[in-house]
Amino acid sequence: MAAEAPTRPPQKTAILTEPLKERIRALFPRYPSKRAVTLPALHMVHEHYRCVPLQAMAEIAEILEIAPAEVHDTMSFYGFFPQAPLGDVRVWVCRSISCMLRGGDELLGHACKRLGIEPGETTSDGKLTVEFAECLGVCDHAPAALADDGRVYGPLDEAGVDAMLDELKKGRKDEAPHI
Amino acid sequence: MATFEPVLTRNWNVPDARTLKVYESRGGYQAARKALTTMDPDAVVNVVKDSELRGRGGAGFPCGLKWTFLPKDRKETLMCVNGDESEPATFNNRYLLERDPHMFLEGILISCFATRASTAYVYLRFEYINAYKIMEKAIEEARAAGHLGKNIYGTGFDLDVWLHRGAGAYICGEETGLIESLEGKRGWPRIKPPFPAIEGAFRKPTVVNNIETLCCVPHIIERGASWFKSIGTPKSYGPKLYTVSGHVEKQVCVELPLGVTTRQLIDDHAGGVWKGRKAKAAVPGGISMGLLSADELDTPLDFESLRKPGCLGLGTAAVTVIDDHTPIIDYLVNTARFFAHESCGQCTPCREGTNWMNRTIQRIKRGGGRVEDLDVMLHLANNLGIIPGTTICGLADGAAWPIKNAVAKFRGELEDYIRSNQVPGAGPTPLQLDIAAGRKVDLVAIGNAIPAPPPPAGALHSPGRPSA
Repeated sequence: MAAEAPTRPPQKTAILTEPLKERIRALFPRYPSKRAVTLPALHMVHEHYRCVPLQAMAEIAEILEIAPAEVHDTMSFYGFFPQAPLGDVRVWVCRSISCMLRGGDELLGHACKRLGIEPGETTSDGKLTVEFAECLGVCDHAPAALADDGRVYGPLDEAGVDAMLDELKKGRKDEAPHI
Repeated sequence: MATFEPVLTRNWNVPDARTLKVYESRGGYQAARKALTTMDPDAVVNVVKDSELRGRGGAGFPCGLKWTFLPKDRKETLMCVNGDESEPATFNNRYLLERDPHMFLEGILISCFATRASTAYVYLRFEYINAYKIMEKAIEEARAAGHLGKNIYGTGFDLDVWLHRGAGAYICGEETGLIESLEGKRGWPRIKPPFPAIEGAFRKPTVVNNIETLCCVPHIIERGASWFKSIGTPKSYGPKLYTVSGHVEKQVCVELPLGVTTRQLIDDHAGGVWKGRKAKAAVPGGISMGLLSADELDTPLDFESLRKPGCLGLGTAAVTVIDDHTPIIDYLVNTARFFAHESCGQCTPCREGTNWMNRTIQRIKRGGGRVEDLDVMLHLANNLGIIPGTTICGLADGAAWPIKNAVAKFRGELEDYIRSNQVPGAGPTPLQLDIAAGRKVDLVAIGNAIPAPPPPAGALHSPGRPSA
């Protein structure tokens, strides 16, 4: 008996909204190729949904006129875009040399223990995702942490980490940058 | 030293220095106006070439020379600015972006004019969230004021500057990795040649420069090549932003002439080693560059002198100080973990080698080390990287150098650590030792493999089985 092709899953409704698609297309004139918009498009989707689900990847591929596998190839390389949603605030605790020398690893452990999660996990209330990071480039604040709304914390100690986590749990603060 | 006048940092303490108005009131965009309206592009290239400005991103390649590699008959040139500053302990570019974005834009403008590039992509690492917002605003301001866009200063020169955000990959700081990433692919470095000047982003001639390098350009145009060459040490001219972090009282970013020593940086600018301790070692320029021992802290930090104590080079001039209470194995644990995490996986020696080194060093740290591990690691380190020719880019050299330097300079301490930290069960298993020693292992006998089924009755011969 000839092998049958597996049946395709039923087509889901599109998850990228038309304004989002328009914003992606608006970047085309900047680059000589459409594929170059992959990273900006992934960032936009990620910003919008706090993750890049498989289907969004396929839809990006359709806009950029490349194969979904090519988008996936790029996306999976960076380890930055999760497929399941992150917490409201994503916070990176640095573990590179300057922070490590001043106790970064211990502070990451402390933060995770306090929240009851492992590095890379999200708290059960969906408010915080804690990840380790290789150098955040804020070594003047070492040991440092960075929230994905741009807030920089450091130099941290255990009490500082506690205060930081309490503040971050109140939500994002995407405001004008300050130094 | 007393006569040294900082230029890269001159606006840092001025209120609102990042607005166009304040920048212009302090002489901003005058150098760009001078270059665009009174100079020929080749004349700008020549001034930069004469100044012997060397790239500030790590490799120290002469910037003007790089520009002359562009083909003469090119139709289009692209500029890529490397803002993927990910070398551990480096943050000088972030200061430049956040505190004086217009100086950077002026540098881009002059450099694009010199190389006739009409599009510049600024590849910015994602972690610089505030810098991204500041740059976005600065570009908008500059465009509105006619410093960017079409027909700049009425000269017919057009320039568009676009920000392109990375996604947290260290390897995208390598120029061809950056180009691949910009094209929307994974950031795998390319084999060179062709160099980006011949065939770069989107297969067009491309200039890739570091942020700090470009920030030097307006000052060279304004004050001339001889001014630039009056600063620094032979073959390393000009001002440089040094960052000091780690075990110091004050973690800072300071502008000094090239050739300052680590000791001067620690004592004069960083407030000394913290808690009144002594320095045991220092990383001269990002962890890829190796390690200076306490006796070598008087080595000038410039492009040439760091070869003598066995370091890879100046790198990003990011000094990390390690105090005498820190075991050197902790430094190795950190560097090995970093490179194992950041190896892009393209070349097998690097992908496997960095992970292997990481596992070995973690095992030593846990108390399962053997003294001969040091020589095995050294052997691997000597055969890993672009210098021995086993990889495409220099990431693996960066992974090898901390090990080479630490084993050469702190061998006694590492051996002591291994001997005095032996934890039962943490070492390699007998099977691993057998494999390492090249002894033939019967996996079936030690219960590590499923026994092979008997050969089919009719087989003439079966590979790997003794014939009857």
